[in-house]
Parts: sequence; C-alpha cells; structure tokens
Amino acid sequence: MPDQLIFAMEVILNGLMAGVLYALVALGFVLIYKASGIFNYAQGVMALFAAMTLVGIMNGQVPFAHLINAIFGTHIHYFGWNVPALLAILLTMAVMVFLAWAVQRFVMRHLVGQEPIILFMATIGLAYLLEGVADLMWGSEIKTLDVGLPQGINLWIDETTFNIFGYGFFIDNLDIVATLIAALLVAALVVFSQYTKQGRAMRAVADDHQAALSVGISLNFIWIMVWSVAGFVALVAGIMWGTKSGVQFSLSLIALKALPVLMLGGFTSIPGAIVGGLIIGVGEKLFEFAIGPMVGGATENWFAYVLALIFLVFRPQGLFGEKIIERV
Amino acid sequence: MFYREAGDFKVSYVDDSQTFPIKFDRYRYYVVLAVAFGIIPFIINDYWANALLLPFLIYAIAAIGLNILVGYCGQVSLGTGGFMAVGAYACYKLMTAFPDVSMFIHVILAGGITAIVGVLFGLPSLRIKGFYLAVATLAAQFFLVWLFNRVPWFYNYSASGQINAPERDVFGIIITGPNAPAWATYLFCLIFLTVCAVIARNLTRGTTGRTWMAIRDMDIAAEIIGVNPLKAKLTAFAVSSFFVGISGALFFAVYLGAVEVGEVFGITKSFLVLFMIIIGGLGSIFGSFAGAAFLVLLPVVLKVVGADMLGWPTDIVAHLQLVIVGGLIIMFLILEPHGLAQLWRVAKEKLRLWPFPH
Repeated sequence: MPDQLIFAMEVILNGLMAGVLYALVALGFVLIYKASGIFNYAQGVMALFAAMTLVGIMNGQVPFAHLINAIFGTHIHYFGWNVPALLAILLTMAVMVFLAWAVQRFVMRHLVGQEPIILFMATIGLAYLLEGVADLMWGSEIKTLDVGLPQGINLWIDETTFNIFGYGFFIDNLDIVATLIAALLVAALVVFSQYTKQGRAMRAVADDHQAALSVGISLNFIWIMVWSVAGFVALVAGIMWGTKSGVQFSLSLIALKALPVLMLGGFTSIPGAIVGGLIIGVGEKLFEFAIGPMVGGATENWFAYVLALIFLVFRPQGLFGEKIIERV
Repeated sequence: MFYREAGDFKVSYVDDSQTFPIKFDRYRYYVVLAVAFGIIPFIINDYWANALLLPFLIYAIAAIGLNILVGYCGQVSLGTGGFMAVGAYACYKLMTAFPDVSMFIHVILAGGITAIVGVLFGLPSLRIKGFYLAVATLAAQFFLVWLFNRVPWFYNYSASGQINAPERDVFGIIITGPNAPAWATYLFCLIFLTVCAVIARNLTRGTTGRTWMAIRDMDIAAEIIGVNPLKAKLTAFAVSSFFVGISGALFFAVYLGAVEVGEVFGITKSFLVLFMIIIGGLGSIFGSFAGAAFLVLLPVVLKVVGADMLGWPTDIVAHLQLVIVGGLIIMFLILEPHGLAQLWRVAKEKLRLWPFPH
C-alpha cells in the first residue's frame, strides 16, 4: 500500500477521534435546544467551569481565594486535603445541578417567551459571567487535570498496524476512552429520553410548552433537569478536553467548534450531532493533511465553519434537522 | 419643564421631517457638536485621547455599523472583528502603496473594500436565517483572520507578521504614527464619526431603513408586500461593513499604530461590539453611542476603582469585569431589552411633565 494512503488512514482515524470530542460538546447544545428552544452559547464555558471546579475540588483549593485575600489581606489558598477523583466528580456534578437551578431561577425564567435571538444573546452574557466567576473562584492559571484516565500511545494498535502495513498508527489511549464514553453517553441519553418518565416529559416540553403545561408537566422542573443534564455532558466534555490539553481558557472555545458541527447535523438531532462531529473531525484533519501545507497551514481554524457555511446554503436545516417551515 | 415640545409649531413639511423635529433635541445636538468640535480639541491631551476618546469614537462607528445590520435589518453577525481586520489591512495596503494620497481617501476606500467583502459574506444570508446565520458569519471571522495571518502579501512580507502604520498626513498635519498630535487624531476620527452617524440616521429614516426594518420584523411578510429581500439584506450588509471597515481602518492606523491580527481583531472584538449595541439599544443610533461609551468607560472605571483605589491585583479586576459585563448583558435583556436608548427615551417622557405631572 502506498505510504500516502496509510498516512491518510491514520489521519482519518485521528479525525474520527477528534470528531467524537466535538460531538460531546455538541450534544449539550442539542439537549438544551430540543427542550427549551434556547441556543446555549455558554455550553463551552460550562465545560470549562466544570473542569476547573473538578480540579479545584480535587486539589482542595479554597473557592474565591484570590478575592478573599485581596479584600481581607489574608493568605489562604488551600484547605490542605486532596479529594479522590470519583468523589470530586460527584461534588462537581452537585455544583452543576446548582448552577442549572441558578440559571433557570435567575435568568431563563425571566426570559420565557422572548425571541430566540434574545435568548441566544442572554447565553452569551451568561458565558461571560460564568467565565469570570470560574476565574474568580479558582484562579485563571493553566491547570492539569488527571482523574486516572489512560493516556499516551496505544501500543496494541501500534503493533497490529505495524504488522499489517509496516507502519505503526499513533492513536492516543485517551481518544479511545473518549470514544467509548461518548458512545455510552449517547446510548444513555437516548434511553433516557425514550423510555423514562422524565425523558418523555422532556420531549413533550420540546414539542409544545403549553400543551405540556396543561397535562401537568412542570416546565420549571424539566428545564432545571435539562440544564443539569447539559451540565453533566459539559462535565464529561470538560474532563476529556481538560485531560487532553490542560484546563485553560481555550477550553471554552471548543464551544465555537461545536457550532459548525451542530449546523451540519441539525440543531434538533442527537444522532446529527454525532455524525456532524465525525464529518467535521475527519474533514478538517484530511483538509489540513492534503491542502494545508500548500496554503500555509492552520486551516483547522476556519475549515469547519466554511464547510458548514457552504453546506447550509444547500440545506439550511442541516443533515438531520427538522424541515424549517415558515408562515406569516 | 426641561424637555418640552409645547409651542414648537411646524409650518412646512420640511420643518416637520427634519432629523430632530423637537427644538430641544436640535439645540442639544448643536451644543454637543460645538463642544466636540470647538472645545475638546483645545483641552485634549494624550492620556484622554488614547484611554477614552479615540476608542469611544472608533467603537461608536463600529457599533453604528453593526446596529444597522443587527438592530435594523435583524441579521445577527458575529464577524465584526473579521470585517474590522479587512478595513485595517485594506487601509495598510493603500497607505503603503500610495503614500501621497490623503488619509481621508484611504480610510474611505478601506471602508469600500470592506463593503465588498461584507456583501460577499452576506450572500448566504438569503438562504440562512437566525442562529444559522450567526454561526455562518463566524466563518467570515475565522477565515479572514487566518487569511491575514498566513498570506504574507497582506502584511508586506514583514518579519514579525505585524502591520505598522507609517506616518501619513492630511493637509500637512500628521495623523498616523507616534508623532501625531492628540487633537489631530481626535478630530480626524470625530469627523468620520459625525459623517457616519448623519448618514446612518438618514438612511434609517428613509426608504432603505424602512425596508430593512420590514425584513427584520418578518421577512416573508415583507417579501409579500413587495420588499426585495435580496436588495434589502445586501444593502444592509454593504452599509454595515462599510462603517465597520472604516472603524477597523481608524482602529489600526490612528489608534493602535501596530496590529497583530489574531490578537486585535479576534472573536472577542466581535462580541465586544455586539455587547455595545445590546447594552446601548438595538435599532437606535443614539444607543450605539451610549453602548460604545459605556463599554469603553467600564474597564477604565473598574481599573481606577479596583486597582488604583482599592489596590486589588489587576487579574482580579479583569475577572470582575467579565462578571459585570456578563451580568449587565443579562440584566439589560431581562429588564430593558431596548437598552440605554430606551432608558433615555423614558427619561425624556418623564422630563416632559416634570415637575407638574398632572
């Protein structure tokens, strides 16, 4: 087999793995959009916030230490204990549920019935607010996150492919774990929304707010639940990305990368988010591999958006989205 | 008492359809112009120009531009940073290629080039709507910044990849470069802002503005009553990009002098200008001014209060600023979706009757 083709295969495999991570973030968007029609720009910052909270709890950092020190002139930074990863993840989840409640109570409840674009802008404001709070709580320096996920090159794949092609593929263990977890998460979400009482209620709310209200579904509860689930997805995405590239501000920018994924897949479709993520992941890696060197590299920065833009011109509702019907 | 329209009779249609039909508004407008042109240039110094006045003037132009697109035509754009970069680089290429031509012409041409690019990226808006369009404009943002970063022709093959504004003058007065006097740069930007604001005000009062607003309110209905959506949307993109391009050119040539495109014209700039028009008021020229003033003042005030008076570390002040801006956006959207401009309108209503409300 020619070398170029083997390299391309490795690029495609890595692209698929990256695509899964994009899809993880995109899932959070789809959930909230389906249930409340809100396009939640803050999803990426939620992932950052979750990852920072997790690191902070694991290291026993004092929340708002910098602020407290600045106001009272004290020098506290750490409680002096370390929390085991599993317990820290549970505590972080509790924080995300609280966040979901706060968002619902103080922001979204007051904006019910506003135009979608106003809601979108409100979530941009929420993203800024949350980012500032996260930085104030835990400090803005780059942190490493290690919850015990395997990392580094997968030797088995390396050896197997070396025996077949005479060239060992480089696949990160973390990416494989991420793929498995994403698959599990999607399966769990599908089961949840199809077969549980709360999941059905969630779909009912997505279908028609007023009809759902009139059969006795509490909108308030469903929305808090949806934001909590989105917080959970954000936590998973935050752990994956945080382990991969450190917990830092750029983590929140993956939300922007998730947007073209959503546009390709359609805002309302969970499978769409997965397929869109894979297309974008493979597409941008292949494009960078094939065309990138000719035009100066770093095409990953824009390829996804331009691909989505061109795609949308031909199919405005995305691959799996519901057909947009407009009436006067 | 302070704001009254009683006794202000119009005897001709020309009087009735002037920009500021109420006498008080008109005089206030003249006073503001007189202070801006007649007094400030004589008392301005470098600190005031660089910390407050220049950024305010330049952001106000960008905010007016974006407000035309988002507030009047309803097409949400997150590509403002990219379009400002187009203006800056167009201005740079023109300045270095034609050193003898007046800066006025360069800046206007830079705006024109940005308008063409804006129309190009506005074309998808005919099929894509709402959020999808907002995300599609991100393509413009990231692609344009990448383009200026990676193609050496745009930065004249300089080793650092930066662009630096060479010294240029208007009628013999130096406008760009480190030796430009504060009053000259201030006046240069002020002239552009005034002209842009007058153009925008009159465009939005006339047929063009009405077709934009019809598209914003309901595009299908507008199409049915005979508004051409192609023309309306593309003119909105063109005019908006023209203003944004001018502000980008001024931001680079007059205010900063040296620009590294990824830092200065990144996605954060797009959001900053968007926040200005949300806080100021969507669909209002005055709102663009108010929003720009507010978001230029806020960091300065926070820095003075937090870092200089209370002695807090600057990073905490920067984080607090994020919290405050984010909180304000949410607060405005909940309490007053029409922004500072609406507050001003309400205040005027109250002042009309004050102090005898009955």
